Amino acid sequence: MPQLDVNTYLPQVVWLVITFTALFLVMWRIAVPRIADVLEARQKRIADNLAKAEASKKEAEAALAAYEQALAEARAEAHALVSEAAGKVATEAAEREARQAEQLQRRIADAEAAIGRVVDAAVANVRAAVLEVAAAAVERLTDEAPAKAGIAQAVDRALKAKG
Amino acid sequence: MAEGHSPLAQFEIKRWVPIQVGDIDVSFTNSATFMALTVIGVSAFLVLGMRRHALVPGRWQSMAELSYVFIANLVKDTVGTEGRPYFPFIFTVFMFVLFGNLFGMVPYGFTFTSHIVVTFTMAIVVFMGVTVIALIKHKLHFFTFFMPPGVPLIMAPLLVPIEIISYLSRPVSLSVRLFANMLAGHTLLKVFAGFVVALGLFGAFPLAFIVALTALEIVIAFLQAFVFTILTCLYLNDALHLH
Repeated sequence: MPQLDVNTYLPQVVWLVITFTALFLVMWRIAVPRIADVLEARQKRIADNLAKAEASKKEAEAALAAYEQALAEARAEAHALVSEAAGKVATEAAEREARQAEQLQRRIADAEAAIGRVVDAAVANVRAAVLEVAAAAVERLTDEAPAKAGIAQAVDRALKAKG
Repeated sequence: MAEGHSPLAQFEIKRWVPIQVGDIDVSFTNSATFMALTVIGVSAFLVLGMRRHALVPGRWQSMAELSYVFIANLVKDTVGTEGRPYFPFIFTVFMFVLFGNLFGMVPYGFTFTSHIVVTFTMAIVVFMGVTVIALIKHKLHFFTFFMPPGVPLIMAPLLVPIEIISYLSRPVSLSVRLFANMLAGHTLLKVFAGFVVALGLFGAFPLAFIVALTALEIVIAFLQAFVFTILTCLYLNDALHLH
């Protein structure tokens, strides 16, 4: 069995020490730091990007909140404008209505006054005619002209009694 | 069977470039060649694979990062953050054993981890290193490792020798595990390879077996590198935290 040949031990061990030390130096000084650097850079990049994404998310959320606030404000403003306009329209309408009602009232009063004047004139005409008729009737019955004042008094009394 | 076709012939050490420094034989052997190839292979894999420093890794960089993260997590899980300074050494152990095992799977290749002297040297370095770390960190307190707190004093004569023997047998078990796995796997492959020719037409059966066994051996190459590494981590953990 070649593994038990003691004569071969020394060269094997010597070269094992040489090669292993060489490899250890390469690993220790070059390979391990290089790989560690790359892994660290990647880790850092990932962490940075995550932080950036987090910041962007916060920014977007803030923008959304600002937008919603602006929207709410605009809505409230619009609401106020609408109610103001409605109020203005309503008062205008009420004013116009009141004006028209007053005008109508005036015209009614005018018309009533005109009617009153016509009625008075008619009544006066009727009284004059009644006086004449009464005087004529009294003259026919008594053959004598009655006193004008007496007849007027009697007619007025009779008219008042009739209402 | 001819000497060259023995299943164990593949483990023979061949002095390709005989070198003698004083009385010491430092010949460049086939074993040394594969150790050097392993160093070149691992360095190329990790240094060239990472040369682009890409934020989004390509295939090679991905594999290099994967091996790094795999061992980094292993150290973190078994030793904790205190194991961080020892990471380059543990990573080197893993890559060295892994590539040594894998290059041994190449036909006509040589598996230097199939030699007990190689695995034992590595194990004894780990063992001594870990013991020195424990002694520096805990001073004489380290020896309570062999007498865990809470154990009745009457148990000490039984327990302390057992603990000491189990501690001293660590480098043996660590090295024999790797060496035996590699030796057995490669021997088995060679034995069945011999059947392929000997059985003629029926050689297809051992051939199919070899194909399956080769896949298994590649898994074992990974597994044993991993086991060697995780045990190194566990010993380091014991050294840093005692029990």
